[in-house]
Amino acid sequence: MRDHLGRPIVAVTGIGLVTPLGFGVAESWAGLLAGRSGISRITRFPTEHLRTTIAGQVTLPEEVGRDPLTSPDRVERMAALAAEEAVAASGIGAKANFPGPLFLGMPPVEVEWPHRIAFARQGNGEAPGSYKALIAAATGQQALFESCLFGGVGERLAERFGTRGAPISLTTACATGASSIQLGVEAIQRGEAEAALCIGAEGSVQPEALIRFSLLSALSARNDDPTKASRPFEKARDGFVMSEGAAALVLESLESARARGAKVLGLILGAGEKADSFHRTRSNPDGGAIIGAMRAAIADAGLEPGQIDYVNAHGTGTPENDKMETFGMRAVFGEHPNPLGPPISSNKSMIGHTLSAAGAVEAAFSLLTIRDQRLPPTINHEVPDPAIPLDVVPNVARDAKVERVLSNSFGFGGQNVCLVLGAAP
Amino acid sequence: MSQPVWITGIGLVTSLGEGLEANRPVLAGGAPVLEEAGFAPFPVHPLPPLNLDTQIPKKGDQRQMEPWQRLGTYAAGLAIESAAARGLVADMHLVVAAGGGERDIGLDEAIAAELARLPPEEAGPKLNERLASGLRPTLFLAQLSNLLAGNISIVHGVTGSSRTFMGEESAAADAVRIAAARLAEGRGGIALAGGAYVAGRWDMLLLYAASGVLHRGPWARLAERGEAGLVMGGAACFLVLETEAHARARGATGLAKLAGIVTNASRRHGADSAAASAAALAARLPLRPGAAVISGMSGAGAARAAEEEFLAGLPGHGPVVHTAETLGHSVEAAFPTNLALAAASVQAGAPQALVTGFGVWRGEALALVEPI
Repeated sequence: MRDHLGRPIVAVTGIGLVTPLGFGVAESWAGLLAGRSGISRITRFPTEHLRTTIAGQVTLPEEVGRDPLTSPDRVERMAALAAEEAVAASGIGAKANFPGPLFLGMPPVEVEWPHRIAFARQGNGEAPGSYKALIAAATGQQALFESCLFGGVGERLAERFGTRGAPISLTTACATGASSIQLGVEAIQRGEAEAALCIGAEGSVQPEALIRFSLLSALSARNDDPTKASRPFEKARDGFVMSEGAAALVLESLESARARGAKVLGLILGAGEKADSFHRTRSNPDGGAIIGAMRAAIADAGLEPGQIDYVNAHGTGTPENDKMETFGMRAVFGEHPNPLGPPISSNKSMIGHTLSAAGAVEAAFSLLTIRDQRLPPTINHEVPDPAIPLDVVPNVARDAKVERVLSNSFGFGGQNVCLVLGAAP
Repeated sequence: MSQPVWITGIGLVTSLGEGLEANRPVLAGGAPVLEEAGFAPFPVHPLPPLNLDTQIPKKGDQRQMEPWQRLGTYAAGLAIESAAARGLVADMHLVVAAGGGERDIGLDEAIAAELARLPPEEAGPKLNERLASGLRPTLFLAQLSNLLAGNISIVHGVTGSSRTFMGEESAAADAVRIAAARLAEGRGGIALAGGAYVAGRWDMLLLYAASGVLHRGPWARLAERGEAGLVMGGAACFLVLETEAHARARGATGLAKLAGIVTNASRRHGADSAAASAAALAARLPLRPGAAVISGMSGAGAARAAEEEFLAGLPGHGPVVHTAETLGHSVEAAFPTNLALAAASVQAGAPQALVTGFGVWRGEALALVEPI
């Protein structure tokens, strides 16, 4: 039960999902196969003065009819829901006793505007709104401190699930979820752990985060029909749609999964990464880093490009990403048995860009693609872009023989991670 | 497969200055450099002026960053230079322990003041209006945690891989631990790991003030501070780690050997205490009597008590240096900085140096450094 490099083979025995299409694997996956869009008009906060007023939103049960939670609380809640589903499905360990480390991909968190405004309203003798006044009002608010520390969410999840050792929280921008899986894979391959709980979670649909992405001209402004806004690989694409959600995978060495009689849902066959040194928000036009990451993942899995049956795209719907991803696909799969290369589709056409969660969400969908032998579509594919000669599984899901999937994640800041997922042996 | 890992480069900036030489006085409990007025009532250890052009030659790159990213990118450059590894950056693996970049303090204060006077139904739309017109696009990138790593890739060409850990002190210890573990198992020959912290920042003081453990008033020695004894210090430290074989093959000088690094996070209640956690970690290191202790004790009360309990139970250790006494606590930069000082300590004759890290809130980490 070792791979081509003599490392323990890594199995997936549990999957959990929270997406704008629903709570849980079943609802999210059914929505994805049906080609349903989870993008809607933002209702969580006022949208006056915003260029983009749409997003993928997950409304938590405790938010219905109340003020929304802040980002760190949303991230924690969605991560916990996904992890509960994944751990229960895997049947591993015991309640609050997970036999391995936690790797948590999440966004950076901080004190947010609702708190700032509340503190500013208190006055406290200093100039209202000044940091001195905010500090006077915030001093000793331990719960706020623990909520906004970068390690806070991971610590609470580690306590809840009883994971081992120091939880590791991480960010590699839009590749974050894939990086969390890669770290878990490496820990098992290294023999450091028999199992790992890997999560990607995102909950940043709030005014400041939306405005920041908007100012980078990264977001779609097709506000009129939210379900049509996310158009990866399509001619009229104009940016990504911010979204949120979480995915959790329980990873185990195949050997330990077999030993305890667990159902193996699939394998993580390989992971590859390559950083780009070109620009803060753009890939090098030579495509070197994304091609390098794709090739590294395929090589790490001990495969040739021709053995990849389907690609789960990064596919954000920004003009730039989709152009570069196409370039990478042509370079890596030039010799593929299929002249267009393997079919490639973008989950983001339906659920939007779940940012820190995306790599994990899309790895989960890749495993479900293999399980059901059915490719989720790229919806909103109305006018093909002649510069994108790819089979993007337009608009409608279809059956296909799928043994091995490449899942791409390319991040702002040049952090690129690709995973190769395979069928259970 | 487990190969020995050396520290072959150190890029260090603290309030005492730049480079290991400027910081050797820390090992003798040297006097602190302080800024007591600018962020009163909180004293901070400020950063020295940096000649940024030497490590970040393009002004355009400097403009894309704020002080935190500049500091980290600068220190990363010093580390690469110190390891004479400029030619090896394409295959160098990078693990950064990151906090967040600077917010626009003036904008925050103006908006908070304005919104505090408005009824809630008007505050939301006004917030949108003020942020959409007031935020600078480049500030978002300067604030993003993973963009310190991104800038290190862009400015220095480090592109083997790039990972950013978040989680305060623990993130830094795990950054070094995982970078070293990957080298030891043969995933690459050279890696860069570290972190940076700017202490003179109102946005970070707001976060730490919420904890209630920030020291207020004039600076005092650690022993004279109460439970609220945390004094923040600006620092950045990046380490070039290299397998012994990789270093020898290119004729690089090892500064010290990383003999072990272990981390944990106890819940810090009941029997699951930080002291017990650290004692269990120490049992996993090849620790010998007489090891100098380079303590990362931050000044936060509960963590201080835990570390004192741990050290009291550690038989036969050598002299203890509390580096935060001189440098302040630098969160993500603290553990790497103390590893650098541990290297200096074994260079100066200590048989081994044990680095301790007890996070202000969570996280225990130990590392053992030996002479080559």
